[in-house]
Amino acid sequence: MRDFSYLRADSIEAARNAAALPGAMLLAGGTTLIDLAKCGVAEPATVIDISHIEGLNAIDVTADGALIGALAKMSHVADHAEVKSLFPAVSEALWQAASAQLRNMATIGGNLMQRTRCPYFRDPGNFPACNKRAPGSGCSAIGGVTRGHAVLGVSEACIATYPGDLAVALVALDAEVDLGERKLKVEDFFLAPGATAEQEHDIRPGEVITAIEIPGSAAARRSTYIKVRDRQSYEFAAASAAVGLELEGDGRTVRDIRVALGGVATKPWRARAVEDALKGKALDEATIREASELAMQGAVDHGANHYKIALAPRVIARAILKLGETA
Amino acid sequence: MTVHDMKHAASDSARLEAVGGRLSRVDGPAKITGAAHYAFEQQLEGLTHAVLVGATIAAGKVTAIDTRAAETAPGVLAVLTPETIMELKTASDWFGNRPSDGPYSPLVREVTFSGQHVAAVVAETFEQAVAAAALVKVWYDEMPAIVDLSDGKAGDGMPIDAMTKEWGDAQSAFAAAPVRICAAYNTPREFQAAMEPHGLIARWQGDELTVWEPSQWLDGMARTYAEWFDIPFENVRLISPYIGGGFGSKALALAHSAVAAAAARMLERPVKLVLSRPQNFTSYGGRAATRQTVAIGADRNGRIQSIVHRGVNETAVDGMWVEPLGSVTSIMYATPNFSSKQNVVRVNTVVPGAKRAPGENPSAFGIECAIDELAYELGLDPLEMRLINYAEQDPHAKKAWSTRQLREAFAAGAEAFGWAKRSPQPRSMREGRQLIGWGVAAGTYPVRRAYGEAVVKIMANGSVEVESSSIDMGQGTYTILAQTAAETLGVPVENVLVKLGDSHFARAGVTGGSRLAGVMTGAVHKATGQALDELIGLGLSDPRSPFHGLQANTLQVRNGRIASPRGEGPELSIAELMSAVGRERIEAKGDTLPASTTPEERYANYTTIAKSIPHTEGDYSRHSWCAHFVEVRVDEDFGTVRVSRVVSALDSGRLYNPKLAESQWKGGIIMGIGQALLEEGIVDRRHGRIVNGNFADYMLPTNADIPDIQTISVGIPDPHSSALGGKGVGELGIVGVAPAIANAVFHATGKRVRDLPITLEKLI
Ligand SMILES: Cc1cc2nc3c(=O)[nH]c(=O)nc-3n(C[C@H](O)[C@H](O)[C@H](O)COP(=O)(O)OP(=O)(O)OC[C@H]3O[C@@H](n4cnc5c(N)ncnc54)[C@H](O)[C@@H]3O)c2cc1C
Ligand code: SF4
Repeated sequence: MRDFSYLRADSIEAARNAAALPGAMLLAGGTTLIDLAKCGVAEPATVIDISHIEGLNAIDVTADGALIGALAKMSHVADHAEVKSLFPAVSEALWQAASAQLRNMATIGGNLMQRTRCPYFRDPGNFPACNKRAPGSGCSAIGGVTRGHAVLGVSEACIATYPGDLAVALVALDAEVDLGERKLKVEDFFLAPGATAEQEHDIRPGEVITAIEIPGSAAARRSTYIKVRDRQSYEFAAASAAVGLELEGDGRTVRDIRVALGGVATKPWRARAVEDALKGKALDEATIREASELAMQGAVDHGANHYKIALAPRVIARAILKLGETA
Repeated sequence: MTVHDMKHAASDSARLEAVGGRLSRVDGPAKITGAAHYAFEQQLEGLTHAVLVGATIAAGKVTAIDTRAAETAPGVLAVLTPETIMELKTASDWFGNRPSDGPYSPLVREVTFSGQHVAAVVAETFEQAVAAAALVKVWYDEMPAIVDLSDGKAGDGMPIDAMTKEWGDAQSAFAAAPVRICAAYNTPREFQAAMEPHGLIARWQGDELTVWEPSQWLDGMARTYAEWFDIPFENVRLISPYIGGGFGSKALALAHSAVAAAAARMLERPVKLVLSRPQNFTSYGGRAATRQTVAIGADRNGRIQSIVHRGVNETAVDGMWVEPLGSVTSIMYATPNFSSKQNVVRVNTVVPGAKRAPGENPSAFGIECAIDELAYELGLDPLEMRLINYAEQDPHAKKAWSTRQLREAFAAGAEAFGWAKRSPQPRSMREGRQLIGWGVAAGTYPVRRAYGEAVVKIMANGSVEVESSSIDMGQGTYTILAQTAAETLGVPVENVLVKLGDSHFARAGVTGGSRLAGVMTGAVHKATGQALDELIGLGLSDPRSPFHGLQANTLQVRNGRIASPRGEGPELSIAELMSAVGRERIEAKGDTLPASTTPEERYANYTTIAKSIPHTEGDYSRHSWCAHFVEVRVDEDFGTVRVSRVVSALDSGRLYNPKLAESQWKGGIIMGIGQALLEEGIVDRRHGRIVNGNFADYMLPTNADIPDIQTISVGIPDPHSSALGGKGVGELGIVGVAPAIANAVFHATGKRVRDLPITLEKLI
């Protein structure tokens, strides 16, 4: 039997102490952890249940910013009136993620920590080689089925796509993740694989995500999240874009723009080249489309995922056009 | 265990209860409240749990298995390998032929597909078995595998001569035709993806085996178990009152079934074995991948001169599956010249199997796309094209159709859909960035007929019981058989209790090919008629009967009450008459077999498919028909396709229960939407292994993918197809959906996608 011990943490301090134990894993909504345990990927020695810690599920939103507790449920944040009006991209990203049942269970902290959907990563019995699971063992995906794999931020060690939606919106909106002792930009919290595919997050043993902070801004208020996939619901993104836009008084010229991509990169991907190309420009479709192409600088495909290079800029362009139209 | 709370379900008005009424599913309340117990929910004393170990290679030999760690793991009772599992006898196939007299081992040394069972662990708990199975170490001598039809090593395969259909001189007529199209159409490996996984609980009591296993064919599976273990057929009892979806996959006892039953025998304890979701993609076959080329030659008026069709389907290295690809091609349109041939190619996969409308489904994808291509080539409306080439009789069998309401289906569907408003040019309809396309396609499915048997009991309290070893996997057998018995006998439907899914009940053949309703309503009708005759006979002739001495020569039963036709004499309830004549019950067994049938023929009829009656037997060719009209919206930037409207007009003959028929049609249409846009088993070509064998990655449509679906029944009773005039329902709905969508996608985008599924990268 794969035995493990179960600890219920009543406070963040208790959770931090327990999380420092070797082989310890936190349990929030359990929708990633239990799934990966079933696949044989997660084999925790100790499961620390943080879902009962009081006060960690608060959602506090003002025009200045949003503070979202790590245990807030995806469905609650998605449906929160001020999140919807002040940070629409966040609500939209959550609504389009997973399924209603999963969103009712899953937490914001757990969501940031979800793992890739790379099928090789998820099947250790049949595919022992995976640098993310077993550093140095190789990558089973390269040369295999790569339709869902990343084209940006890839390395020779790993080409796995970061699958989540929320983090894409958070990266676009310059959100920060609160780890107690440290606060990091969400963008920096996620790590591209490089030679160390196993390190996906800048999180240390004993650290627990307590909250997400999103600064309020005009671009956050006019933001959107567009997710493209074959199935209308309950599928990870083939490509997605979170965009925030602030226009000058003329209603056409870009004062501020934030662009991030999902479904195509090894981490939630900020597309600064697109932002730079559009800042100060008057929006028209040709300009938008041309600038959106810049997001794919440095893209590398592995055959079956080639379509993402064409698709992703179109998703960005659509998001900008949509925001421009509501001017 | 088969008791439904009929009163709730039958609360609709009395008219609903008759055959043809829209009675709700009588098993619905039991399913919704959890009272319905499925196979794996049986609680048995001393139950143990088995977990399978699958091969991680697609071809080669098992050279060694190290079971030591697993054997000493907590709770483990046995680790079975090809060396240690008990020897079984080879069972016959579903035609009743025994391929060999040799032994059979469901655990293999020679691996022919990835995931094939090589070992099994039995433990006290499921978790212990899972953990120990991971400790079994297997070494292989791996050989190069042929992963799929496009593998260079696959070759052209072997011809299946029985599939050849030819008349006229198709090649020359095609070459001479002034207008020609020729294209290749591919469908991928698809899976039945039933919500309830495969698996079973097996229990031995001496030489008697009881198996709780979801089954589309109790008698056939019982035969297989009996042959494996070399015990009499009667010693096997299969129990399957409820089935969580089968779609063709649950008609056979498979290798995993043999493992569980063998383990139970060896350990002398009941064993439960349920396949994991990934194992459900490797332990039995889905729909075989297919390739077809369709060449059509026509004159300038659009009249078809010739159809040349070539098809290939994949099969397994150690098993044969033929997916009849010329089945629709050869009957849908009138043509003076025709040629269809088919090969099968062996690849390293589990043997493919039946999935909703095997054969007709991919066949229709080829011909119904090709006819659409020809219509554009000629500048004709695709609907017009189909009417110009309407087959007035079966072009292959050269027999009259029993009934063919396809013209009516085209007319009714076109009218309801508004087809006349279609703008003919591709890419000519849009809304914002959504390209809109309209497509049409036809479908058909043969009326497969067989014989069935039912027992009907009239009980002392006036209630009625119907027993049959046929099954209900959601299609509504419980309901329509209750309606049939109620109508035939003249009792309220809530007085009828239908018991299904026990192989010790009156026998039934396979539930597949949409044959069950026609067969079983006939059998129940007959058995009920016999019971009614006996009841009336007692009423008239038994000296204790209040009707005795009346001059009547018959009695009438209405709403559970008996009276003479002209109303003289008393009116009694059935219970009162039974009590008056002192009868505990009246029992009648009715079957639809010819009276001369021998016991051996009966056995073969119910336990093999060898005895089913050809749909072209006698003077008629019998089929159900349909026409699907579909609207799609394709995002011009993203290539995503969404079906926004479906109108389908269908001819299934007389409907025994329109509500249930509509549900089945819609289920088929939804499955067709999945097939067209989403479903595909994706194989890692280096390992010959499916990598999306789970419900997160094997894409099936969600509610959000399904628009309102309008179905229109255009059928008329078909006396040549079944006793009560119905034709097949269950498979028909899916046939033609994928080509209608592909045709609509072409109309929307001007791009012809001939490879299913139509995923976004094919359109950007
Ligand atoms: C079938 C399926 C489809 C899905 N589709 C989508 C989708 O389309 N888009 C999308 O964005 N997501 C999708 N998801 C992922 C889903 O959103 C995540 O599973 C969920 O958000 C995880 O949250 P949880 O609370 O259940 O995490 P858990 O499973 O409890 O935890 C996940 C991981 O995070 C760690 N963790 C949890 N809380 C903390 C914390 N406070 N601090 C530090 N570490 C922590 C745990 O140790 C664990 O390793 C899908 C999941 C499934 C199973
Ligand atoms: S892509 Fe990354 S996660 Fe997938 S197999 Fe390769 S190393 Fe593992």
